[in-house]
Amino acid sequence: MPTINETVSEEIRAQARKLLEDGTVAAVIGYGSGSLPMTVKPLVVRSPEDCRKLIWNTFCVLNLANYLPATLKSVEPPRGPRDPKPEGPLPKVAICATGCWSRSIVVQIQEHQVARDRVVVLGVGSRGMVSRRKVEALFGGREILAVEEGDHDLIIQGADFSETINRWDVVRDNCQTCTHPDPVLVDVRIGEPVSERKNPNPFIQVDALEQKSGDGRWAWFTEEFATCIRCYACRNACPLCYCPTCFVDDAKPQWVGKSLDAVDTGLFHILRAYHCAGRCTDCGTCETVCPKGINMRMLTKKLNKDVLNLYGIEAGMQPDAPLPLTTYAMDDPQQFMANEPGSGKEGK
Amino acid sequence: MKVFKVSSVELDAMMQEWSKVHRVYAPVLAKQPATSSDCAPGWRRVDGGSALTLSTGPTPASVKSFFFPQPETLLTYTLENNHPDKGLMREPAKSKKMQVVVGVRPCDARSVLLNNLPYQEDPFFQANRQRTALVGFTCEQTLSTCFCSQMGGSPFGSEGLDLAFSRTQDGFIVEVGTAKGEVLMAGLDLAPAEESEISALASRRSTGGKADATELDTLKGSELGRLYDAPMWKSLGESCINCGACTFICPTCYCFDIQDEVVRGQGRRIRYWDSCMFPLYSLHTSGHNPRGQKVQRTRNRFLHKLKYFPDRFGPFSCVGCGRCVQDCPVNIDIREVMSDLLAVE
Repeated sequence: MPTINETVSEEIRAQARKLLEDGTVAAVIGYGSGSLPMTVKPLVVRSPEDCRKLIWNTFCVLNLANYLPATLKSVEPPRGPRDPKPEGPLPKVAICATGCWSRSIVVQIQEHQVARDRVVVLGVGSRGMVSRRKVEALFGGREILAVEEGDHDLIIQGADFSETINRWDVVRDNCQTCTHPDPVLVDVRIGEPVSERKNPNPFIQVDALEQKSGDGRWAWFTEEFATCIRCYACRNACPLCYCPTCFVDDAKPQWVGKSLDAVDTGLFHILRAYHCAGRCTDCGTCETVCPKGINMRMLTKKLNKDVLNLYGIEAGMQPDAPLPLTTYAMDDPQQFMANEPGSGKEGK
Repeated sequence: MKVFKVSSVELDAMMQEWSKVHRVYAPVLAKQPATSSDCAPGWRRVDGGSALTLSTGPTPASVKSFFFPQPETLLTYTLENNHPDKGLMREPAKSKKMQVVVGVRPCDARSVLLNNLPYQEDPFFQANRQRTALVGFTCEQTLSTCFCSQMGGSPFGSEGLDLAFSRTQDGFIVEVGTAKGEVLMAGLDLAPAEESEISALASRRSTGGKADATELDTLKGSELGRLYDAPMWKSLGESCINCGACTFICPTCYCFDIQDEVVRGQGRRIRYWDSCMFPLYSLHTSGHNPRGQKVQRTRNRFLHKLKYFPDRFGPFSCVGCGRCVQDCPVNIDIREVMSDLLAVE
């Protein structure tokens, strides 16, 4: 009997082929198989024949929405920067999306980076994606040469061992605390819908950090980010980071120093996180792609918690809703006002 | 060449001895911040007590930062008003103390020789090279991501190492490759290695598969225009997210930029790692960017390593350590890029 993800792969291939063949879309964004165990390659497929390369498995850890604006642009007829938009509808792009990725697409729509009518969402309910790092940590330095995926187990093989482990135990932290695994936008349903998860506390990891003293949090921050090499993988893998020029790449004026000075590194991470406030869907890509395993997701997760507590909003749940930080309501909390009750309580 | 026999206990004692006179560093295997301010990320200062542990395959961080620190202060100055030296650039006093890097793998040792080609006349790189001794360990085991022999190296290679340790049944034999190696061995009372152990290593070296290097060498003769215009770059550039992870973890990526940083009137001119993956890398003052598109930057990195560098200096600018293969967020595998390039008509 095929596994759930084998069935999903088959459906993705069939639907992608159909959409490309009947001309509904000009490209499909999905995943192809990787060269190492537990890796996958983001893939843009443009011909029905290439659809056989599409796969789906438990290691699809990168948020594909990151590729959506550029792929949409790539299928438009070429034109100069000042040429008018061509008449008639522009070609569409299909994209595989789980809960958090679909919410990123919603944010891209809300922020006018993506036109809703040009996107065909192949909605896949997420069963949680596995952290390669967690699996590797279980095997402490022994090289993993093959991983076989079942619905609930993973068979991990090396040169001289073969062990079966429970899949959920090595699912990424963000997936374990996720409450919306099913896509919020679905044009073509792939596989079975996944029900909302009743998570007693989706912010459990943030709460643990918040309980530390100010000094304790500062110690966590300095230590966690000390190994950053400023490669910006976290930024570049994020579908929310689409500025043509990032503040760290500005040369006139330059906002951030270029070395590994802790002040510069910290500034980059804090500003990056704040730029994602009210927009982040906790897809975990930033943390996953970090070559140093830095847990920068804690910063955005804390901001997600704040936005939820202050404004009752989780990012990307409704395409037609306003963005929490670009709108104003008379009953917005304003603890930052000096004469407001409740202000000043947050000080050290 | 002198070859000695060393037991594991003697190795620990040697590191202790060296740490009394030199700065000794060993790789950090887990995620851990630098243990002292002069320590390169991914390495720790050995100052007594801790024995050396090595993982299979390359060290987590390459040795690049010992020769090409991130950042390196080139000049310092003051901008304080009324200061007699205001605006005068001075070379900072730098430690001339020998640093001994222990636990280096043959791939990384070779990377230093390769980086030395473009940096032959670079005073900073050369000064660092002069004061750094590399104590390496040949690889009795490799990872599935290792491909050093394909790039012209060898898991048993001692090229670029001052001291090369190789495992034997009951310890190591150590080859003293350079004058710096001689200095490290001076005063140590060690037995010479047995002839059988030396010949066993030699035979491992000769059977250690150099054959596949020849296939790749045909790339060096390929016409650049054909490689440059190959359709493969489009899909590769499309999936690349243009982060700098590969360039920063790569032992043979050596690009830098220079900047002045001034804090409260005290200035320093630093040279820091740059990456051809970043748009700012190739941005001209005019605003024009000759590599303004992602695909152009991705192509540049691979063609630099596999075509431009060999055209200029001879060897490929890659030692086959496989770090980029392991850590690329989107699984761009340079081995696949090379076989795709070889297949270009």
